[in-house]
Amino acid sequence: MFLDPHIHMTSRTTDDYERMRQAGIVAIIEPAFWLGQPRTEPGSFKDYFSSLVGWERFRASQFGIKHYCTIGLNSKEANNEALAEQVMELLPLFVCKEGVVGVGEIGYDDQTPAEDKYYRLQLELAKEVNMPVQIHTPHRDKKSGTIRSMEVCLEHGIEPGMVIVDHNNEETVKDTLDRGFWAAFTIYPHSKMGNERMVEIVKQYGTERIMINSAADWGISDPLSVPKTASLMLERGISEADVRMVCYQNALTAFGQSGQIQESDWLESTSVDQREKFSNNSVLRGGQAPKVGEVESSGDLPSNIVR
Amino acid sequence: MTINLQTVQQADITNTRSYLHNLLAIRATEKGMQWLDQKLEQVSKAGAAKDFYLAFSAAPRFMGKSTLDPTEEELAAAAELREGFYPANWTVDQTARSLLLLSLPQLDKEAFLEKVNMLFNTADMGELVALYASLPLLPYPEAFADRAAEGIRTNMSNVLEAVTLENPYPADFLSEGAWNQLVLKTLFVGKSLYRIYGLERRANQALANTLSDYAHERWAAGRPVTPELWRTVGPFIDDNILNDIRQLFEHPDEIQHEAAALACSQSNHAGAEELLNQHPHLKEKIKSGSLTWDTVGKKAYV
Repeated sequence: MFLDPHIHMTSRTTDDYERMRQAGIVAIIEPAFWLGQPRTEPGSFKDYFSSLVGWERFRASQFGIKHYCTIGLNSKEANNEALAEQVMELLPLFVCKEGVVGVGEIGYDDQTPAEDKYYRLQLELAKEVNMPVQIHTPHRDKKSGTIRSMEVCLEHGIEPGMVIVDHNNEETVKDTLDRGFWAAFTIYPHSKMGNERMVEIVKQYGTERIMINSAADWGISDPLSVPKTASLMLERGISEADVRMVCYQNALTAFGQSGQIQESDWLESTSVDQREKFSNNSVLRGGQAPKVGEVESSGDLPSNIVR
Repeated sequence: MTINLQTVQQADITNTRSYLHNLLAIRATEKGMQWLDQKLEQVSKAGAAKDFYLAFSAAPRFMGKSTLDPTEEELAAAAELREGFYPANWTVDQTARSLLLLSLPQLDKEAFLEKVNMLFNTADMGELVALYASLPLLPYPEAFADRAAEGIRTNMSNVLEAVTLENPYPADFLSEGAWNQLVLKTLFVGKSLYRIYGLERRANQALANTLSDYAHERWAAGRPVTPELWRTVGPFIDDNILNDIRQLFEHPDEIQHEAAALACSQSNHAGAEELLNQHPHLKEKIKSGSLTWDTVGKKAYV
């Protein structure tokens, strides 16, 4: 049983959902992010946020996967200040909706003053509604950007235990764990982390406050990163209990602080009925036979390595 | 069609607020009520959009989602506040959301409508249920007619129920076209008509004709036709519809005969009277009150 706490399903296909469920993923968290190119209207954000709590959640349920999300203004688009102001006004409509497990993904990209401004405003919002924060750390100037993200949290009086710092690597993990934050690792081919390196990190740092995710999106990415890494860890001698911590339990504990995600959500309902419809829209198209009943999981994956 | 607003009840907002508050006070936890009272105060004083939106969406987190299960006395009191208001199937979080809506400052009509419309436009399923079921209690009710018509187009079944069933708003404010769609959609998705408020009052010739067409279509396809379909047709029986009623009397199921007899009893058409006289036992049951559209509806829905 796996939980992928960072994956952008709006850009993935139903084939992915099917393979994810077969590989044992029972729940996912989709952080609000950008869509590959900047949006130009606040209405695009409004409908995007609505789709995260609406259609995408329904679509996931059709494959036996529970879908949760975090809501926020991402750092890249925070740089359009006129738009960012309007998006900030939308956030209170969404952050407390059912199944929203945090404010995210927020943080720094280029570390501009505008990014800083909206990051801080959103930290205040998270504090006000007592929700976890999911932080995107920058690709460039990563180490100091990661440290800065955490320092600003502390400055705003946010408990480190309420913050999941994402996209860690060998260079940032110690700083993150030493400060008491949750350290998430993204297993993403060609950038971020490969999973052989991940195995070494778990061997060195243990499993406390460490979790992994795929961050699969519209780029070349792998929605099976979490189950693949779990297999690899088992293969390389990490115990089943430890694998469970980093591929399931820690994410559940961290985001569970929202009160909006609990194990019973998927343990008590594992059956799928693709005959259901949402706003007259089904995931089935002409001639497809609906799947009804229990979903079978199998651990068979073609290759476990993600580099 | 013009709607006679003179006949439309507008609930007294202060009384409705205290009614909803009382319902919650004996059901929610002490902690939940503390949270709600604080939010109500915040919302009614300042009416800041942000506080209101946060409280509205967070209501299930603090109030829980259990059913309200009102007593008979509480339901009777609801009808006193607003004719047709019947929160029998409401939940605790939904009631809290209604109360929050009614606590918004209302003097500035534009500001009030802007906030409510923003909620509708960004609502998730549970929020839509609360919003639609609150329509008969809101100020400026005439401003939500298009919104209610939009609600009828939904395919989320619990949202559709919130608009159509046990909700007096549609009968009081929908145009004839939208009202007729409501009745057709309710039949189409297999829900029961007897839970629609104001069905008889809003019966009309165009609806009767469309229902007759719909019955023909179902018969042609060899599909069953619910006896409730004829509930609003009786007063508009003409020579064409009379043929439908004749067919009902030939149906093997007794419940179809009951529907036919009830429809005839509502008609002034000579042929309908004649047909009813051919079924004296049904005529007698109607007269004594043991056969009504509600008994047919309840039987048909099981």
